[in-house]
Amino acid sequence: MGDSNATWFKRGLKAGLPIGLGYFAVAFALGIKARNAGFTAPQAALTSFLINASAGEAVAFDMIAAGAGYLEVAIMELVANARYLLMSFSLSQKLWPETGMLHRLVIGWYVTDEVFGVSISAPGYLNPWYTYGAIALACPGWACGTFLGVLMGNELPVSIVSALSVGLYGMFMATFVPPAKESRIVLGLVLISMAASFAFARLALFAGISSGIKTIILTVAISAAAAVLFPRREEVKEDA
Amino acid sequence: MRSGNVYIYIAAMAIVTYLVRTLPLTLVRREIKNVYIRSFLYYVPYVTLAVMTFPSIMDATNSQWSGLAALLVGLALAWKGASLFKVAVACCVTVYILEWIIL
Repeated sequence: MGDSNATWFKRGLKAGLPIGLGYFAVAFALGIKARNAGFTAPQAALTSFLINASAGEAVAFDMIAAGAGYLEVAIMELVANARYLLMSFSLSQKLWPETGMLHRLVIGWYVTDEVFGVSISAPGYLNPWYTYGAIALACPGWACGTFLGVLMGNELPVSIVSALSVGLYGMFMATFVPPAKESRIVLGLVLISMAASFAFARLALFAGISSGIKTIILTVAISAAAAVLFPRREEVKEDA
Repeated sequence: MRSGNVYIYIAAMAIVTYLVRTLPLTLVRREIKNVYIRSFLYYVPYVTLAVMTFPSIMDATNSQWSGLAALLVGLALAWKGASLFKVAVACCVTVYILEWIIL
């Protein structure tokens, strides 16, 4: 508690460095998707600066490229980013109760899986400046990576573009595999989700439904069924 | 083809995402008590990321087989506890090497 804001900011920078590097590499693939949706480099960088969500942006760019409407994209964001609702609830408990509104509004802008991860594991109440330190490196990594992805996606050989395009999925796997290892329920859900997604993508019966809508339907249906069948009773208190 | 204005798309995405993130931090500071809502929100990210990964990863690459190989490498490394950065880079390298061999 006694440490100054500057000390916490420096600690945040240290935690944010590997996040920024990872974001830069992954955002490049996002830029390629943005380009396919007809976004210029500044427009794509603006999207990344405002939305800060790998899955949310990737699926939105794909949907926009496929001609989806505004409402469809907005609903997709709600589903793809619903997890941040839970993270923000946890962070809200982690903040000193007297923390001002401005701090809350700034932190809310950058609740990502990784920034949440370092913020929630800081000792005691969270000093917002710790989170700001992490954001100070994560944010430029994410936005600049997206910007360069749009600019250079066309210049690079197809073999490089093909290789870079899976980086995003690597990031997804790094997020959903560790909890699947810890919980057999999550492992089962992941396998069912993949099988259902494969069926929806390949069976002619579902050919008329856009991939974004398929993602929404599958996510809501499988998660709701899991919540009813396997409600999580144990009290996991994440606040220190 | 895109069917609307880029800035309206960006605004729609940004507003929805910002509200999802800031409402719990500002207006609703209570904990979610309902076990079903908590469970639903807990399961959502894993389900949606799994749905988005497969089979899309096989359509992202020049060859379906390199995409499938990247999936297996990524799953194995993430299972072993590798960091986000390592998993992402390993997937990219797998695709690059495999496509250099088979294409």
